[in-house]
Amino acid sequence: MNELQNTPRREAELATLQPLVDVIEDASGLTLLVDMPGVAKDAIELKLEGNTLSISGDMAASPVDGMQAIYAEVPMGRYRRAFTLSRELDATRVEASGKDGVLRLRIPKTQQAQPRRIEVRNA
Amino acid sequence: MYESLLTYPSGLFGDFERLRRDMDSSFGGLGLPTSIRAVARGAYPAINIGGTPKAIEVFAFAPGLDRDKLEVSVDKGLLTIAGERAAQRVDEGGKREAQEHRYANERFSGRFKRVVSLPEDADPTKVEARYADGVVRITVQRRADTLPQRIQIQ
Repeated sequence: MNELQNTPRREAELATLQPLVDVIEDASGLTLLVDMPGVAKDAIELKLEGNTLSISGDMAASPVDGMQAIYAEVPMGRYRRAFTLSRELDATRVEASGKDGVLRLRIPKTQQAQPRRIEVRNA
Repeated sequence: MYESLLTYPSGLFGDFERLRRDMDSSFGGLGLPTSIRAVARGAYPAINIGGTPKAIEVFAFAPGLDRDKLEVSVDKGLLTIAGERAAQRVDEGGKREAQEHRYANERFSGRFKRVVSLPEDADPTKVEARYADGVVRITVQRRADTLPQRIQIQ
C-alpha cells in the first residue's frame, strides 16, 4: 500500500495499454509483430531480463496545444507487454526494427534447436 | 494523444476494465453502441478526436499501413478513413509459409473503413492529413466565418 502511495501521481495516471501482437514461428526462429501506434521508433524500449523479454513505449505527447478532447477510444499512455522466452530461443541475437508504429522482432532459435537434416549414407 | 481527456484508472480498476473489454470482444455485440456510427471496442483503427478553437483534429491509430492504400475523404460533413492492411508474412516469397505457425494473431488485417461526422463549422476545403509513427492525423480547419470575432465599436 505504501508503495502505491509513493508512486508519483503523474505516473499513476498514465494508462497502460497492451499492444496487440502476432507471433509467428518458422523453422529458424520466431517473429513478433507488435502494434504500437503513436510511439516513435526511438521511444520503444526493449529489455531482456533472464528469459523475460519486455517491450514498452510511451506515446508521444499531443502535438497540438490547447486541444480539448471530444471523443477518445485510445487513452494517452504507455504500451507494455512481456513475453517469456523458452530455452531454445537465442535471446542474445534478438533483432528489432520499427516502422510506422509496428515493431518487428526476430528471435532466432539456437543452433541446437534448429531442424537438421541428417544424411542417410550407404552402410 | 491527449493527456487529460478521460481518466482511465490503472491498477485494480484497470484490470476490471481489461476484463470488461475481453468479455466484450469474446461475446461481442452485447455492448450497445453509443452513437449511430459507433463501433465496438477494438475496431481498427481506433480514433481520437480533439478540438482547438481553429481546427478539429482527428487521430486514427493505424499502425503498419501502406500510405498508398490509405484513403481519407470528406463528403457532406462526413470524414471517411478507409484502407487496407495486408497480413504480414515472415517470408514474402511464400516458400517458408508452409512451415509457419501462428501462435498469436491479434493484429488486424484486411479492409477497414471508419466514418466520423464533422461538426457544422468544419471547412471541408481545408483538410490536411499526415501519417507518422502509425498514426493518421487529420486536421480540419473550422470555417473562418464561424470563429469568434471581435466587433469594433464605432
